[in-house]
Amino acid sequence: MEHTAPPAWVMLAYLISGVFFILALRGLSSPATSQRGNRFGMAGMLIAVVTTLVTHEVASLPEILGAIAIGGGIGWVTARRIAMTDMPQLVAAFHSLVGLAAVLVAAAAFLNPAAFGIVGADGLINPVSRIEMGLGIAIGAITFSGSVIAFLKLAGKMSGAPILLPLRHVINLGTLAAILGLIGYFTVDQSPWIFWTVTALAFLIGFLLIIPIGGADMPVVVSMLNSYSGWAAAAMGFTLHNTAMIITGALVGSSGAILSYIMCKAMNRSFISVIAGGFGAEAAVSGGEAKEQRPWKRGSAEDAAYMMQQAESVIIVPGYGMAVAQAQHALREMADVLKKQGVSVKYAIHPVAGRMPGHMNVLLAEASVPYDEVFELEDINSEFAQADVAFIIGANDVVNPAAKTDKTSPIYGMPVFDVDKAKTVFFVKRSMGGVGYAGVDNDVFYMDQTMMLLADAKKMCEDIVKALQH
Amino acid sequence: MDFITILSIFVMACFVGYYVVWSVTPALHTPLMAVTNAISSVIIVGALIAGAAGGSPTAKWLGLIAVALASVNIFGGFAVTARMLAMYKKKER
Repeated sequence: MEHTAPPAWVMLAYLISGVFFILALRGLSSPATSQRGNRFGMAGMLIAVVTTLVTHEVASLPEILGAIAIGGGIGWVTARRIAMTDMPQLVAAFHSLVGLAAVLVAAAAFLNPAAFGIVGADGLINPVSRIEMGLGIAIGAITFSGSVIAFLKLAGKMSGAPILLPLRHVINLGTLAAILGLIGYFTVDQSPWIFWTVTALAFLIGFLLIIPIGGADMPVVVSMLNSYSGWAAAAMGFTLHNTAMIITGALVGSSGAILSYIMCKAMNRSFISVIAGGFGAEAAVSGGEAKEQRPWKRGSAEDAAYMMQQAESVIIVPGYGMAVAQAQHALREMADVLKKQGVSVKYAIHPVAGRMPGHMNVLLAEASVPYDEVFELEDINSEFAQADVAFIIGANDVVNPAAKTDKTSPIYGMPVFDVDKAKTVFFVKRSMGGVGYAGVDNDVFYMDQTMMLLADAKKMCEDIVKALQH
Repeated sequence: MDFITILSIFVMACFVGYYVVWSVTPALHTPLMAVTNAISSVIIVGALIAGAAGGSPTAKWLGLIAVALASVNIFGGFAVTARMLAMYKKKER
């Protein structure tokens, strides 16, 4: 049975679906158009599903509708209930499902190739389809097991510390080579054992690739797995000759790749060094070293309130610590009071401020911070020199001047905020003991114009609000 | 469609993806990941084909499970994206 081309309207419908997905991403260029974009995405998906159901002889409609209802119900409830701080785990979990779905589809295509129209005249599966299928199941399996590990690490169900196996680079490269070799051999021999061995090895390599990567590098990993889930969909699109799947796969693949690149650049890490893993293992050791005692000033909520009331402009630098302390609402309240008193307040967001790309923006948006008061690193960094107050809350490494000056520092070269140029710096921190992810000391603590506000972030913001309203 | 036609669509779509994604504002990178997650579940097309076909019961059940998994993502992904996007508000006044 040769692959017969479907009617023109069907191909057109999948093309429209693909174009709608492009428009969905295009809408995200601004918050104002983003909701319409999301609706384009939903419409594209509906078109793809309905077209598929209408053009295939469906022997099991009740089962299919049941599967959609069960899955859709679980997805819907999860999406409604999830806390915004848990978004990285949710995305990782969703990636694992795409990966597993790709594995199951590829397996079904292998078991019942006639249904997919990929059987050649000789009664065997077309060799090209075998490669696509092999790549599809391999990428799908890597996405699945990798995302499961990423999920466990992000959700704190597994230690974020890197797990380093001896000879891991040899094992990983060997396994990858074996997978590719077997997929190649699969084109001449379509024995089931080859297919299932590829699947098993791919599950294994996904697991091996992610366990050595430390918690601080998780934003890159989540983006990378996002990319993989796209490539898996694209590979299956090749098998099915389906335009919607191919366009989507390419979009998602590029999206994840670009986000990984942005995250790596924001940490000044090379993609290879992130993938090789191990970051954070040595830092934990150096963080334990005895540090020289340097003088620093402690401030109070009243000091901070007084100084910020006098200020013309305040720039707030939030980090993930703020979200951990659930301080975003109290912080926004503080900013609101200041704005009412005529102070200009802006928020400065570092690309790695949260646990995934853009995470901090979502957390601030949830606390009703208007998005036009929130600025990216490169847009606001020059303004610190004119700012009266830099208010750092729950951030550390992203304001560390050592990244600019100290070539021996593990974070050297990472782009950081020039908070040291602000006239006054308030640094909200639980205690003087803790250090950032990278485990390095921060000169900002000891500057003349810095006052340390040592307290729980939420409590401190609430106290400042009280003092401001006096 | 022959392989080259499909490959052409794929390569062009990669370029489109590259430019469209760079134009996404960094403030919306989390919703971007959530929505790409939802749309990559277009793999449900393959799952539906497997689930709908007779012939191999195993393949059918694999397809049905894949339909359920992809549906979690589709409904969950679009819903969570919509929830996030609704939070982004401009300054009042």
